[in-house]
Amino acid sequence: MKKMPSVTLLAATVAVGGAVAYAASKPESLTIASWGGAYTYSQVKAYHEPFTAKTGIKIITEDPGGSGPAGLKAQVESGKVTWDLVDVLEAPALKMCEEGLLEEFDPDKILAPAPDGTPPSKDWISGLTNCYIPTIVYATLFAYNKTMFPEGKTPKTIKDVFDLKNFPGKRGLEKTPYGNLEWALVADGVPYTEVYKVLATPEGLDRAFKKLDTIKKQVVWWEKGAQPPQLLADKEVAIATAYNGRIFDAQVKEKQPFVIIWDGQLLELDGWVIPKGTKNLEAIYEYLRMTTDTQHLADQAKYISYGPARKSSAPLVSKHAETGVDMKPHMPTNPDNMKTAIVKDAKWWAENYDSINQRFSAWLAQ
Amino acid sequence: MAITSPTTLPTVMTTADGTPLKVSLQRALRRNKFKAFLLVAPLLAFILITFVLPIGDMLLRSVQNPQVVEIMPNTVQALARWDGQEVPPEEVFAALVTDLKKGQQTRDIGKVGNRLNYERPGMISLIRKSANRAEKIEQGPYKEAMLAVDKLWGDLTVWRLIKREGRPYTDSYLLAAVDLTRDADGNIVPLPENERIHLKLFGRTFFLSLLITGLTILLGYPIAYLLATLPARKSNLLMILVLLPFWTSLLVRTTSWIVMLQNQGVLNSLLVALGIISDDNRLSLIFNQTGTIIAMTHILLPFMILPLYSVMKGIPVNYVRAARSLGANPWLAFWKVYVPQTLPGIGAGGVLVFILAIGYFITPALVGGASGQLISNRIAFHMQESLNWGLAAAIGTILLIAVLLLYLLYNRLVGVDNMKLG
Repeated sequence: MKKMPSVTLLAATVAVGGAVAYAASKPESLTIASWGGAYTYSQVKAYHEPFTAKTGIKIITEDPGGSGPAGLKAQVESGKVTWDLVDVLEAPALKMCEEGLLEEFDPDKILAPAPDGTPPSKDWISGLTNCYIPTIVYATLFAYNKTMFPEGKTPKTIKDVFDLKNFPGKRGLEKTPYGNLEWALVADGVPYTEVYKVLATPEGLDRAFKKLDTIKKQVVWWEKGAQPPQLLADKEVAIATAYNGRIFDAQVKEKQPFVIIWDGQLLELDGWVIPKGTKNLEAIYEYLRMTTDTQHLADQAKYISYGPARKSSAPLVSKHAETGVDMKPHMPTNPDNMKTAIVKDAKWWAENYDSINQRFSAWLAQ
Repeated sequence: MAITSPTTLPTVMTTADGTPLKVSLQRALRRNKFKAFLLVAPLLAFILITFVLPIGDMLLRSVQNPQVVEIMPNTVQALARWDGQEVPPEEVFAALVTDLKKGQQTRDIGKVGNRLNYERPGMISLIRKSANRAEKIEQGPYKEAMLAVDKLWGDLTVWRLIKREGRPYTDSYLLAAVDLTRDADGNIVPLPENERIHLKLFGRTFFLSLLITGLTILLGYPIAYLLATLPARKSNLLMILVLLPFWTSLLVRTTSWIVMLQNQGVLNSLLVALGIISDDNRLSLIFNQTGTIIAMTHILLPFMILPLYSVMKGIPVNYVRAARSLGANPWLAFWKVYVPQTLPGIGAGGVLVFILAIGYFITPALVGGASGQLISNRIAFHMQESLNWGLAAAIGTILLIAVLLLYLLYNRLVGVDNMKLG
């Protein structure tokens, strides 16, 4: 924190100097890379359209999805940056920041304070850094198709998910160590708050894999967010992990008989990074200042059930724009849903992902 | 003498303008060659830019190791004189602090952390933490200061790692690509059993590719034969049936297999309805190796049928007729006379299907589940998810070498000349 003043001064100088240049060279458009589908749609509605209406700057969207970080790295390294903003998860954001691939800024300088004047650094739930501006909190959680279980005998906890005897049926899990190892430990009796402490020990890691072994034969592995609702709807699996927004979409828009197990949901941040070397920095800052303010972040929740990353936005979350469903109970950040949540430790994962994933892939291939 | 004798004729023949004929011809030849070159130049440039350069870049990337050398030059230099037997002397720590400070300012130090983290988990935070604190270290003794930041700086294996990776080229990506690593002392050792994956996937990729090639021959041969021998009207219809799926998007074809084969899919439901299997014992035909084999065989089938067809089309019917009239039974005539003539087609189709299968990526990703993944899926993973491009390049390099070796073997055994695409 000690070096903050110099950074602030620098940012202020850049801002003032930039503002003069900016008036002369306002870009016609900004290119924003995100996840596509319902998610990009919610950004278009809540962020892009209001921004274009106000400034006249068009927003071009691209949907690299999970390969966003790879595309960003390629653009920065080749010196041809065409994306102005990229929507990424927290772990890759940390890693890219470490590698110097991202523009750095002082969030309190470039972002809008909360309506009551709370500076951004105090208003964000977590994850806000000098490289990364989280916009939503989403959860990966278990959901099941209720037509596949007799009434009164439905799974309610993570332990039930790992209990094939009392809750038979295939399980759909994401093909990644993220989450699966944490849940295996929870199912094995580790308290929610101590998951990462246990996972960091070799014995804990073995224990997680051993627990996963018990259901491995019954697992269908998915890779794209659209797959688990499909697997559940087709009754390919009885229980699946999924991103909560996708389940919400299926429940509310398609009236699928899905039920969310609000136990041990894995919370994760998603948000903006700026590739180093973009030419439209001033316009990007203007975009960020406007669309990440308290109201606009809350607005996004009208279109998708992901929780806004600002504390001050939570009370403003209202009804779904198209169906009028009250969004609050569907939010992963809703206090009722937060009781047993596991917050993904992005720093720990950034460090251990490579070696653990190697082991996870080897375990899968066995 | 008015008439020159033949012996005094000019020994060099010239053209109308007096240049020697030989020179003039050579010029014309050169001009033609140049024109011919201009014609192929776009293709040459295209191949150079889209094929040779990327492959060269990949080969280079699999051994390049610039991070430590470029971002921590002083440390690397100071370590050159270190014997590796005890914790490095003060001068090495001084160099370390200098490099960390510089790297912190240029925001490059994270690259070193990421690079070293591939070899040893935990290095990201060691480097990050040390770089943060190094900024505040004004004067020596640096050794004590750094040991106070983290006692890992007193760990010989950390220093050996930095020294080892402080070279512009490394073999560690290539080692990792074949499930090897270096232990704390720098000896090459196999990875722990539960982390080995690449060799297994290479093996699976080659085995499945061979299997799929075999299946396409079995399935494609009769179809190609029908195509080549049926009357034009019927064979045209059949040809359309072969080509339509060939022209359909790969993704559509792959996802239709999901619809067909999944647990609640068309095939399983049909079998249950017919009473062949019970509702509880539906077959697992997709999201596993079986799914990969079925979908890839179908998708690659046209690559076998088309070369086979074009070869079969050129085989005169007279040979088989002659064999039959000389007393061979139908099977013998087919096996001894017809099949040998189609070998160039089988060779061409086989190589085509095998090489395509070895690099296949999207179909196994969609229908392969866990057991149907191929080595290309790991390359894609390291390109897109873990961003470890060095390792992705190293796996690609090994795959390229393996394919080239197989190609040479094929050339030895069968002969590339004996391959006909039409």
